[in-house]
Amino acid sequence: MIVYKRPEALSKVSMHYCPGCTHGIVHRLVAEVIDELGIEKDTLGVAPVGCAVFAYNYFECDFIEASHGRAPAVATGIKRTHPDKIVFTYQGDGDLAAIGTAETVHASARGENITIIFINNTNYGMTGGQMAPTTMPGQVTTTSPYGRQKMIQGNPIHVCEMLSTLDGVAYAERVAVNNVKNVRAAKRAIKKAFQNQIDKKGLSIVEVLSTCPTNWGMTPVDALKFVDEKMIPFYPLGVYVDRNAMGGESDDK
Amino acid sequence: MAKVLIKGNEAVAEAAIRSGCRYYFGYPITPQTEIAEYMAKKMPKVGGLCLQAESEVAAINMVYGAAASGVRVMTSSSSPGISLKSEGVSYIVGCDLPCVILNVQRGGPGLGGIQPSQSDYYQATKALGHGDMQLFVLAPSSVQEMAQLTADAFGIADKYRMPVLLLADGALGQMMEPVDFDMLHFTPEPEKPWAVNGHGGKRKKNIITSLFLKPEELEANVLERDKKYKTVNENEVRYESYMCDDADIIIVSFGITARISKAAVNDAREKGIKAGLLRPVTLSPFPSEILKKLSDTASAFLSVELNMGQMVNDVKLAVECKKPVYFYGRTGGSLMSSADVLDQIEKIAGGLK
Amino acid sequence: MTNKIILAGFGGQGILFLGKKLAVSGMDKGLNVTWLPSYGPEQRGGTCNCSVILSDNDISSPIIGNPDILVAFNIQSYEKFMPRISSGGILFADSTLIDKRPERDDIKSYFIPATQIANDIGMPKLVNVVMLGYFIKNTDIFTADYIRSAITDSLPASKAELREANGRAFDLGYGYNG
Repeated sequence: MIVYKRPEALSKVSMHYCPGCTHGIVHRLVAEVIDELGIEKDTLGVAPVGCAVFAYNYFECDFIEASHGRAPAVATGIKRTHPDKIVFTYQGDGDLAAIGTAETVHASARGENITIIFINNTNYGMTGGQMAPTTMPGQVTTTSPYGRQKMIQGNPIHVCEMLSTLDGVAYAERVAVNNVKNVRAAKRAIKKAFQNQIDKKGLSIVEVLSTCPTNWGMTPVDALKFVDEKMIPFYPLGVYVDRNAMGGESDDK
Repeated sequence: MAKVLIKGNEAVAEAAIRSGCRYYFGYPITPQTEIAEYMAKKMPKVGGLCLQAESEVAAINMVYGAAASGVRVMTSSSSPGISLKSEGVSYIVGCDLPCVILNVQRGGPGLGGIQPSQSDYYQATKALGHGDMQLFVLAPSSVQEMAQLTADAFGIADKYRMPVLLLADGALGQMMEPVDFDMLHFTPEPEKPWAVNGHGGKRKKNIITSLFLKPEELEANVLERDKKYKTVNENEVRYESYMCDDADIIIVSFGITARISKAAVNDAREKGIKAGLLRPVTLSPFPSEILKKLSDTASAFLSVELNMGQMVNDVKLAVECKKPVYFYGRTGGSLMSSADVLDQIEKIAGGLK
Repeated sequence: MTNKIILAGFGGQGILFLGKKLAVSGMDKGLNVTWLPSYGPEQRGGTCNCSVILSDNDISSPIIGNPDILVAFNIQSYEKFMPRISSGGILFADSTLIDKRPERDDIKSYFIPATQIANDIGMPKLVNVVMLGYFIKNTDIFTADYIRSAITDSLPASKAELREANGRAFDLGYGYNG
């Protein structure tokens, strides 16, 4: 009996992610959920600009590569023309919470029936570790070399907290993938975020606290510790909203 | 024959719906807002969708998503909003996706004005986005043509998998003229096996992307697209030639100014000056060949535009310095009269003697 | 034959509608027509105008520099456009709201208290139809029967009262002798 195998929805290719990066875990969780829900043939992914720019090479479903930050708008265009398909975006913190804030907020407010997987690793990974909208106070990055200071770089954004104030958001949960227990919880959240879309509940977002050992200058193990000791206290895990935002029905006449 | 009196903006919207376009994403901006209003009213009645986006940036990216998923889709805006769309347009080109974009031009730069203009000619034909790219640009000159070229735009976009830009202006968008929608001809939508719409377990996954990190791959991609542009340049050039055969002075003018120029040509002929009008209907591909040919018989060219002289440079390139090319234009939202154009013709004619 | 007409006044006086009526009637008669409204912030100030061109030739520009005919419904429009009427042109003006008279002797002027007449029959919104009747009487672009039925026939039979009121407003304008 096979107890552990590659999910069908995950392509048989090596990923380009750095050693110790948790993108691979999250990709796997998404693929497992796609398999378990049996939706690969009807699923359309939207890749971001950022480290996950090549996400389209790692999933077996159809994929489109969006410009930086516009994934929720692109997903809107797809979902509105194909309401019977499953549409998800996979975005990092710079993509979703900086350059794409408007698209994120308005897709959320409209209650677009899509699923957003949001990777928060507190920095711009692909361009080499610059400050992100989620970089924490005091955190050193290449563009906050003296630590993020409130009076200079301003405050970070708590995405789940912000989006949970919008009526169109059905589900916002923050999870982490730094230990087995949290990985399991993350999978449950991702599955719920896809199931909500099948149930037409509105926009679902799962914020995943992730590591970036390369740009943080840490070993993979220390990076996981950083998530536990620094990130989770600042970005508390949990469900921020869970409801049927759209009544499960469209209001089309 | 059932003619209706209708605004240019509304004629575009109606023609789009009749062309099978069921999705419109836009953002209000004068002088083209009637399109969004018309779409919002009509789309629900034909099972379509008009979605007001949070910005032009979002709207063009919704178009990107919809086009990628294989449907006929359009957006519209006016000059400042078109600038915002340029990012998405470049991606749409880079992914070889079909869509229709309308620019109802107003004066610029910056917030500019809201009156008619043709000052986005360069932007439309040279640089509506970064990268080695070309759009298909159609320039209607009447409200009937606004409708027909919209219908044509969907067919061309699908045929070549490229965005088609309709370049109109505030006068064409806002004015009402009789339109006979029964006269329109349409191109059926082809199959789109490349679309991202779920593989259904029946084919390999489709990926739509403009990302090619290896220089040789990107070069191959751009070269392949360039072949398409060459085909377009060979097969799709359109223009109207009016009294050009024996003309000494040929006016080159598109859109609303071509109408004014045509009146000036008639007035000049009455005064014994052999004038003609060459009206490009496609601005990209540009009718260079016919202009080159006409430079054998004509003595001079005059480009008449609502800007400070943009298309005139394409005319010069086409004529290859064989004959003098003059320019006359107004900008900022003012239109010239046919008498103004006639003055220019007479001046040139005087110089030719 | 080409007629370049500017109609101008306040929003709510039915100016755009009146312009469209002329344009549609021209179209139905087989003429080339254009109708162009003022747009943008200009219309937010409560003033409103449109340009109508009727011609048996191609119409080059829908924008009118110098109208052959101005129909002015308020003093602002009168002051803005009256000086631009081309020599030999015609002015129609609502004398209820315009107390000035042109000092030009190269144009024909027709004044009618259109607002007063419309108010008197209890249909203040039909000021444009009163003016239309007067306009038709003093121009030879359209016959009275043609335009009168174009106005009344565009209303559904279920609105018989409104049809009747429109016909009456038209007749009062047509019959006015100022």
